[in-house]
Amino acid sequence: MEFDHNFFVGFAKSYGLFYMMAFFFGTVVYAYWPSNQKKFDRAAKSILDEDEGTQR
Amino acid sequence: MISQLTRDERALAMVLCVLLTLFGATLGLVGRDDVLGWHGALLALSGMVLLIVIMSKIYDPDPNPDRVTKYYDDPTKVGVIVSMMWLVFATFVGDWVAWLLVYPEATFDAGWSSFGRLRPVHTTGVIFGFGGNALIATSFHVLQRTSRARLAGNLSPWIVVIGFNLFCLLAVTGYMFGITASKEYAEPEWYADLFLVVIWVVYFVLYLRTLARRQEPHIYVANWYFLAFILVVAILHIINNLAVPVSLGHAKSYSLFSGVQDAMTQWWYGHNAVAFFLTAGFLGMLYYYLPRRAGRPIFSYRMSIISFWGITFLYMWAGSHHLHYTALPHWVQNLGMTFSIVLVVPSWASAGNALLTLNGAWEKVRDDATLRFMFVAAVFYGLSTFEGSFMAIRPVNSLSHYTDWTVGHVHAGALGWVAMITFGAFYTLVPMLWNKERMYSSRLIEAHFWLALAGTVIYVFSMWNSGIVQGLMWRAYAENGTLAYSFIDSVDAMRPYYFARAVGGFLFFLGGVIGLYNIWMTTRMPAVEKPPVYDLPPVVAAEPAE
Repeated sequence: MEFDHNFFVGFAKSYGLFYMMAFFFGTVVYAYWPSNQKKFDRAAKSILDEDEGTQR
Repeated sequence: MISQLTRDERALAMVLCVLLTLFGATLGLVGRDDVLGWHGALLALSGMVLLIVIMSKIYDPDPNPDRVTKYYDDPTKVGVIVSMMWLVFATFVGDWVAWLLVYPEATFDAGWSSFGRLRPVHTTGVIFGFGGNALIATSFHVLQRTSRARLAGNLSPWIVVIGFNLFCLLAVTGYMFGITASKEYAEPEWYADLFLVVIWVVYFVLYLRTLARRQEPHIYVANWYFLAFILVVAILHIINNLAVPVSLGHAKSYSLFSGVQDAMTQWWYGHNAVAFFLTAGFLGMLYYYLPRRAGRPIFSYRMSIISFWGITFLYMWAGSHHLHYTALPHWVQNLGMTFSIVLVVPSWASAGNALLTLNGAWEKVRDDATLRFMFVAAVFYGLSTFEGSFMAIRPVNSLSHYTDWTVGHVHAGALGWVAMITFGAFYTLVPMLWNKERMYSSRLIEAHFWLALAGTVIYVFSMWNSGIVQGLMWRAYAENGTLAYSFIDSVDAMRPYYFARAVGGFLFFLGGVIGLYNIWMTTRMPAVEKPPVYDLPPVVAAEPAE
């Protein structure tokens, strides 16, 4: 197999596409996995819990 | 501040100062009358000054041992003040170069003040001096609060803050001496680059070690952005600056890459510097300080995760849009263009997430200039990411490239997004850090807000006008097929826009001066009487002091 320009273009256009798509789906599944909901809600609210003194 | 270090840590700090002095002295000796020699002297002098400062406090009593139960905010405090000082200095220089384009004689016949040397002083000063210090300072603060853990080390945060500023100083003075690596936003030479690698690795390790101590099971999304910023900037910096010095005693080096590979590497670096230095880190700031100030959790935490991975993965491929119509293969240009267009999706998801968080709290945005800073930042973030994707389309780029439109676009991002979110974050952070009830003057925040906004709008509008006029003049043909205008005709036509831009820049600079004054006066106000509750993380892990 020759590692020339065409090889890399072909690689980028096939496997490159598939791995990016797979990563995207993985991210969406993680973000929308039902049991993660509680963890995310807690994280989003956690930064407001701290009492850092009164602000204007 | 030094009294917060144990005697052992003070001793170790002195060893580090001696090492810095020796390193500087070595550079000074081998560099002799080359700029390298002067920079060696600068480092040696800095090492000696730091040594004397620590030595003068060496016999102070050890700090209270319960300090390990508290957050460590001294490095953040220094970072905030130094960041604002860089802002004032670098926007002053920026406005000076803006006036140079109106009155070229304003170099006063000195070499160091020529346009080509002052311009990188401005860009390095605002990006690394102002932006970098702001990121380091806020990342330390956000990291500790969201992890409910103290920084993993008392000395390493100082290595990061002081070392990073020494790098900025080497960079900025080097340009005035006339040295440059000729890579935009990566102009410092090899020895300064190597110095920064050491500092950055310390930063990265400190961040990871603190995260490892966290008492929250989930790592809050702001930390993901800060961590992406630290990690990717390290990769970019190391690869783009691979170079061979002329000799070890000479400041000049030559890049390992040449031709179109060099250009592609540089703009892979350059665009990802925008992505990970000027976007990811500041989004980390946004995801913490905006919800805090608004008193509302982020609208969609899920969306913040998806846009995080979208931004980190898509930006990596977009750099080639800086090289449309060059020797770069056409398919690589297409690739960069496509990814740039898709990028608008996660970018708008982030901007939308910020604005939807504020939806329902508009009365706070109206009344509170601090929150308004962050609101305007989110709007400018949305606008400039859309504009960037648009300009990356090749036919659009044929009009916009090499014109002032690019300059306007960069400043919509840098002034409207990066600086505005930083001001909002600082005005939220400063009263917390110094334990004050509020900022010294809310009217001065209001004045800063309107100066910054007016300055940005004037700047961006004049550059849009000048850029499009330039682009159209350069592509105008006369009836017989020759170019209708000479280049100098287009330069002459720019004069009114350059004048307006310099006025806008001055307003922005003035706002920065007011901001620095307001923050400084806040630190001198009497602290609130009740000791702050926030200094005690709820659970304290038993760990040996370091």
